[in-house]
Amino acid sequence: MTNAKSRWINAVFVSLLAVLLSACGGSGYQTKGIEGLLPALEFSLTSETGQPITQADLRGSPTVVFFGFTNCPDVCPTAMARIAAAVDAAQANDLNVLFVSVDPARDNPARLMRYTNFFSDRVTGATASVETLKEMTKRYRATFGYDEPNEFGDYNVSHSSAMYVFDAAGQARALFRPSDSVAAMASDLRRINQG
Amino acid sequence: MMPIIEWLRPWEPSAPVFIACVLAVGLYAAGLIRGARPGFWPALSYLLGVGLIYTVTQTQYDYFSQFLFAAHRLQHLALHHLGPFLIALSMPTAVLAAGLPKQVRQWPEQPLLRPIFSVLRVSYRIIQQPFIAGFLFVGLIYFWLTPAIHFDAMLSIDLYWFMNWTMALDGLLFWWLIFERGDQGVTPRLSPGRRILMLALIMPPQIALGAYIALSKQNLFEIYDVCGRAFPIDPMLDQQIGGLITWIPASMMSVVAAIIILAFRLEQSNDKR
Repeated sequence: MTNAKSRWINAVFVSLLAVLLSACGGSGYQTKGIEGLLPALEFSLTSETGQPITQADLRGSPTVVFFGFTNCPDVCPTAMARIAAAVDAAQANDLNVLFVSVDPARDNPARLMRYTNFFSDRVTGATASVETLKEMTKRYRATFGYDEPNEFGDYNVSHSSAMYVFDAAGQARALFRPSDSVAAMASDLRRINQG
Repeated sequence: MMPIIEWLRPWEPSAPVFIACVLAVGLYAAGLIRGARPGFWPALSYLLGVGLIYTVTQTQYDYFSQFLFAAHRLQHLALHHLGPFLIALSMPTAVLAAGLPKQVRQWPEQPLLRPIFSVLRVSYRIIQQPFIAGFLFVGLIYFWLTPAIHFDAMLSIDLYWFMNWTMALDGLLFWWLIFERGDQGVTPRLSPGRRILMLALIMPPQIALGAYIALSKQNLFEIYDVCGRAFPIDPMLDQQIGGLITWIPASMMSVVAAIIILAFRLEQSNDKR
């Protein structure tokens, strides 16, 4: 086989694979489409009111899920401010935002409620045991970890910086990354809200 | 500290990977029982290669591979380079063949199955052409490290396994071609010079990619921020270590392989004398 011919076969093979992969996640999203890449919304947590909360409580309207912690100095407050702005811009009135704390040792329901109320009344806080949280984050290919506490008992938590957007039926639709603009997030929220 | 039994529990159990590893060891053991005598070092090399592939995919190490770029690069070093390298170096064909049931060994000669094996043989010889094998070996590393593709591969569990399988299989194909020796089989037999040339040619693109990642001032693989890291670590440090793993040990494998090929050549010359 000549070199030119084998080079041509390779180029076709790699291009085909690239096209197949680029089709993953759905098209037309201004943020990152994740259709078919992640499973449907499913969880069982304790909400900021102290009551159990599951995906069934949020079914019927789109839900944005974020994994964070209230002591977070930068990523979480920025993400919450950005999603609150995007929800306002999208005028998605029945949209839910679920702030899942991955730091249950410090984030009790009362603290979570104070935190989420600061950003928007659409944001609901929830948490669970570390084991349950590990299962939930694993389902969405995310993780979290704790740093060693300092002399004051404070510690940093590594966590996902993404917001996972599920439609009214609970299907994964989009992923908002820190690099996505509020306008792009609002546009995709409008699209997902319309079905 | 995690107990060792906990470490051995798969983070993401995969039946195909588990079955493939058990079959690989089981067939080899059956071959040994039926009288195949590969020698101590080839047997050790084979079992280490399979064990390495199993360890980086079916233990808690896989968790770190999914949530740390540096650990991911180490996983692919084991899947694409070191594991298949050790397996191919042991040239296990004769032992594995001895381990197969007699009926299975006769499949290629059966009239019904002969056309299928002919197609497989031709396809195998095509992808084992030196240019194609070398291109695939380097191309796959570049392909899966393309940031947008890497993002999807780490986000979707199906794509993640697809990526790992392609790396392991391609590694096996490449190193098999490099270390092929003994009785002539289906694999094209290259001269030692051509093998060393192939090894030399695959080095610069790997060095360039590893250096680019290690020295980049930009966070190239956003997925690890998006999904969270296994523990708090500076993203750029994680990327630099990952880049260095792609750069230095991956390229060093070519040098080690070239030395082994030269050693085989010397051994052959001595035997002839």
